[in-house]
Amino acid sequence: MTKTALEQPSAAARPSPLSAHLRRLEAESIAIIREVAAEFAHPVMLYSIGKDSGVMLHLAAKAFYPSKLPFPLLHVDTTWKFRDMIRHRDQIAERYGVKLLVYVNEEGLARGVNPIASGSSLHTQVMKTEALKKALDTFGFDAAFGGARRDEEKSRAKERVFSFRAAGHVWDPRNQRPELWRLYNTKIRQGESIRVFPLSNWTELDIWEYTRAENIPVVPLYFAAPRPVVNRGGLLIMRDDDRLPLLPGEAEEIRKVRFRSLGCYPLSAAIESNAETLDDIIAEMRASRTSERQGRLIDTDEAASMEKKKREGYF
Amino acid sequence: MRAATQEIPNASSKSLLRFLTCGSVDDGKSTLIGRLLYDTKLIFDDQLATLEKDSKKHGTTGEEIDFALLVDGLEAEREQGITIDVAYRFFTTDKRSFIVADTPGHEQYTRNMATGASNSDAAVILIDARKGVLTQTKRHSYICALLGIRHVVVAVNKIDLMGHSSQVFERIVEDYLAFAAALGFASITPIPISARYGDNVTVRSANMAWYDGPTLLDWLESVDVDTDLAAKPLRFPVQWVNRPNLDFRGFSGTLVSGAVRPGDKVVVASSAKESRVKRIVTYDGDLAEARAGEAVTLTLEDEIDIARGDVITLSTERPEVTDQFAAHVLWMADEAMLPERQYLMRIGCRYVPARITALKHKVDVNTLQHLAGKTLELNEIGFCNVSTATAVAIDPYVDNRDTGAFILIDRFTNATVGAGMIDFGLRRATNVHRQDLSVNKAARSRIKGHKPAVLWFTGLSGSGKSTIANIIEQKLNARGIHTYMLDGDNLRHGLNRDLGFTDADRVENIRRVGEVAKLFTDAGVVVLCSFISPFRAERRMVRELMAEGEFIEIFVDTPIEECMRRDPKGLYARAKEGKIKNFTGIDSPYEPPEQAEITVHSHHTGAEAAAARILDYLEASSVV
Repeated sequence: MTKTALEQPSAAARPSPLSAHLRRLEAESIAIIREVAAEFAHPVMLYSIGKDSGVMLHLAAKAFYPSKLPFPLLHVDTTWKFRDMIRHRDQIAERYGVKLLVYVNEEGLARGVNPIASGSSLHTQVMKTEALKKALDTFGFDAAFGGARRDEEKSRAKERVFSFRAAGHVWDPRNQRPELWRLYNTKIRQGESIRVFPLSNWTELDIWEYTRAENIPVVPLYFAAPRPVVNRGGLLIMRDDDRLPLLPGEAEEIRKVRFRSLGCYPLSAAIESNAETLDDIIAEMRASRTSERQGRLIDTDEAASMEKKKREGYF
Repeated sequence: MRAATQEIPNASSKSLLRFLTCGSVDDGKSTLIGRLLYDTKLIFDDQLATLEKDSKKHGTTGEEIDFALLVDGLEAEREQGITIDVAYRFFTTDKRSFIVADTPGHEQYTRNMATGASNSDAAVILIDARKGVLTQTKRHSYICALLGIRHVVVAVNKIDLMGHSSQVFERIVEDYLAFAAALGFASITPIPISARYGDNVTVRSANMAWYDGPTLLDWLESVDVDTDLAAKPLRFPVQWVNRPNLDFRGFSGTLVSGAVRPGDKVVVASSAKESRVKRIVTYDGDLAEARAGEAVTLTLEDEIDIARGDVITLSTERPEVTDQFAAHVLWMADEAMLPERQYLMRIGCRYVPARITALKHKVDVNTLQHLAGKTLELNEIGFCNVSTATAVAIDPYVDNRDTGAFILIDRFTNATVGAGMIDFGLRRATNVHRQDLSVNKAARSRIKGHKPAVLWFTGLSGSGKSTIANIIEQKLNARGIHTYMLDGDNLRHGLNRDLGFTDADRVENIRRVGEVAKLFTDAGVVVLCSFISPFRAERRMVRELMAEGEFIEIFVDTPIEECMRRDPKGLYARAKEGKIKNFTGIDSPYEPPEQAEITVHSHHTGAEAAAARILDYLEASSVV
C-alpha cells in the first residue's frame, strides 16, 4: 500500500512553530530566492521531485507571497523516474499553481541511451547533464535554482550560493567569484549563467525537520512500505516496472524498504526500514551511521566523481 | 571507540556559531576540521570507508587516517595537498550548531579567506608550533579584525612535534600577542593542540598537564558573540517590489537590523519620503512585529516611490546618505585597482557605479604601518576615498556589517574585484545629495528658531497687498525672522516672463509661485506672497503643496471702487479703455476666498493695523 502523494505525511494536523534554527535557514533561503527574481531576466527552478526540491519550492512560495512564483519549474525527465515521482510532480505543480516545464533529451532517447544497457555513467551524462544544458539553452534561462546542499558531498561544500557558469555551462572551481557577506554578484554577460543554491546551508536533518514542521508533501517512496526489490551487489534495487531485467540467479522479492535519496529507479538503492512517518524518518536519520549519497550508484565510481560531473555541467 | 549517537537534541534551543579556521599553509586547518567532525561523530561510516581508502592513495600520514582529506574536496587540492577554496562544514553538539569556513592558507587565496571571515563571528587562527608566527598568520589576523571578528582562538598546533612543550607555546603566544595588541580583538584565547591526535581539541590532553585553559570545543561552545541586531536601528533594504495585482504593493526584503511594527513611522533613506507601516505580510500570516534576520514583506499607508535597493528605516534612526565616504578596500583581482576607474559597486540590494577617488594609504599587514601607494595589487588593503554616482545609505561597518560593506565589480568581466568596509561618510561642500537629503526642513527650522510659513496675500490689484506685506516683512526682519517676499510683478520680470494674463497663464503663474514658495518653506523661511491670484482652485493648489498649517491665506478685502480710486499704477484706467485685456475685476473674474485664515479691511483700519492683526495671528499659531 502506497500513500497518495498529497496525503499529509505527518500525524501533526497543523504546522508546528519553527525552531529558531529553521527560521534562520528559512529566512536566508528566501532572501537568496528573491535575489534571483529581482536580478535575472529568465530564471527557472530545477525541480527534481525529491525532498530538497519540495522544500525549495515551498520556500519560493513563501518568498513571493502573495505573488505567485515569478518563474517556472523545470523537470529534466530521464524517463526512468519512479512512477510515484511523476505523479507527485504533477500534483505539486497543481497545488502550488506553478508552471511546470518537462524536458526530455529526445535525441538521447532516440539513440536508445538508458541506465541498464548504457550504464549509469553514460545515462547520467546524456539524459541528465546534456539534457539539462539543452533545456537551459532551449528556453534561454540565465539563472537556475538547484536544491543541492553543502553537506551532501565534498566538492559541494566548496560551492558558492551563486555559482558562476561560463558560456557552455562550464563550472571552473578555480574561477568562482568570492562571495562576501550577503553581497552576491549577480552580473553576467550574454551566454553566461548562474546556478543558485538556496539550500546551501541546510543539512539532511534540517530538510526533514522543516518538511515535518511545514507539512510539505513528499513522494511516498520516502516512507517504508513493502515493495518489489532485487538484491544486486548488496544494494536493493526496486523494480518499478518490467524494464529492469533480472540477472541470472536474481529473484524479485517483497521487502519493507524506503528511499533516502531519489533518482532514476535503477540507480537509486533502497534501504530496509520501518519508517512510515516523518517522525520515524527523523528518528531513523538521527541514529544513522551512513550518508545519504550512499544509495546513489552514480557517485561511487571514483572519489572525485561529483566534481567531474559538475565541471561538465551537472547540478 | 565511537558510539553511535542515538539522540541529537532538538535544534530549537541551540544557538549558531559561524567561525573560520585560518593560518598559514600546512598549519593543519583541514586536519583540525576533520578532527572536529570525527570527534563530534559527524563522519558517517561510508565516508570513513572512503576516507580510509583515500588516505592510502593521497594521504600524508602513512597508515593512519588523514583527516584533511575529509574536507579538501577538490581534486586539484588533494593532488597538491592544499586547500584552494573556502569549504563550509556543519556540525552540531548538544550546546551549539556550527558552520565552519575552512579557508586557504596560500597567499594567492587570501581573498577566499576574507570571504570566509565576512560570514563568521569568531576565528580559529592556527600556528604551526614548529614555525611560530608567520607573515600569513599576521595577514589573516589583520583580515579577521578588519572584517569585524571580535573573538579569536590562537591554536598552536602540532605541539606534539615540539614535545608538548609549554615554553614553545608561551613563546609563540607572546609573539602573537605583541603583534595582535593593535588589532583590537575583544578576546584572544591561546590553546595548545594537536589536531592529528586530538589533544585539547574536544578532550583535554594528558600530554599537557601544564595547560589549564579550555579545549577548543569548550571555547567554541561557550564563546559569546551575540550582537543584539534587533536592538540596533532599523535597516530594511528593499529586495523586491511585490506587486501581484493593482491592489497590493509590498516591499519584500530581510531586516538586517532593528525591528518594525505596523503603525511605525518609516522613511526611505535616500528620498526622505515618509509613511507608516500598514502590514507585515508573510505566507504564514501577518506579523505584529518583524525583527532583524526575518524575511518579510512590508506594505505602507501611502503610495510613495520605493524601488529595489532603497533602505527603509525608522524616521528617528536614519542612516547617513552620501555619495562620498572613506573605506578600507581589500583588492581581490590580478588586475590592480586604479583610482578614478569606474567600477560597479554593490551595497545592500543596490548596484551603483563607483570610483576610488583617492588611495590615502596602503596597510602593511606585517607591521600595520601605513604605506604610500598609487594602486592596490591583488591581496593588498588600502584606505580609500570612494565616490558613488548617486548617494547611497551607509553605516560604518563597525556598526552594521550589512549596510557598511560593499563589493566592487569589474564593469567588463563582471568579476568581483574588491571588498570594502566603510569607515565614515565624507562631508563635502560640493556634495549636494547629502545636503539635500540629510538636513531636512525641521533641522533648518531648528537653527532659525521659527517655523516656515507662507503668507499668501490675495485680493484685487490696488487692494494694498504689497503695502501690508512690506510692513510685515520689516517687522519680522526686525525680530530676526528669516523672510522672503515673492511679488507678482518681480516674478513676472524673471521666472515667469514667458507668461501672459490668459487664464491658462495665470494658472501656470500661480503654480510656479507655489513651487518656489515651497522651496523657501523647505529652507525654513517665512515667505510672503503677494498675488491677485483670482481663482480659488489655484490658491487651493498652492495650499495643498504645503504642510498642514503652513499656508496662511490673507484676503485683503478692499472693494473694487476703492481700488479703482487708488489705481496706483494706472492699470484700471487703461483696462477700462480696453488697453489691457483680462484684467481682474474688469473683464476677468475674482473669486473671493471662502475660508481665508485672515481677512483684513485695510481701507477702514489702515495698513498698519491690518499688519498688526496678521502678526497677532502668527504669534497665536506659534509660527514666530
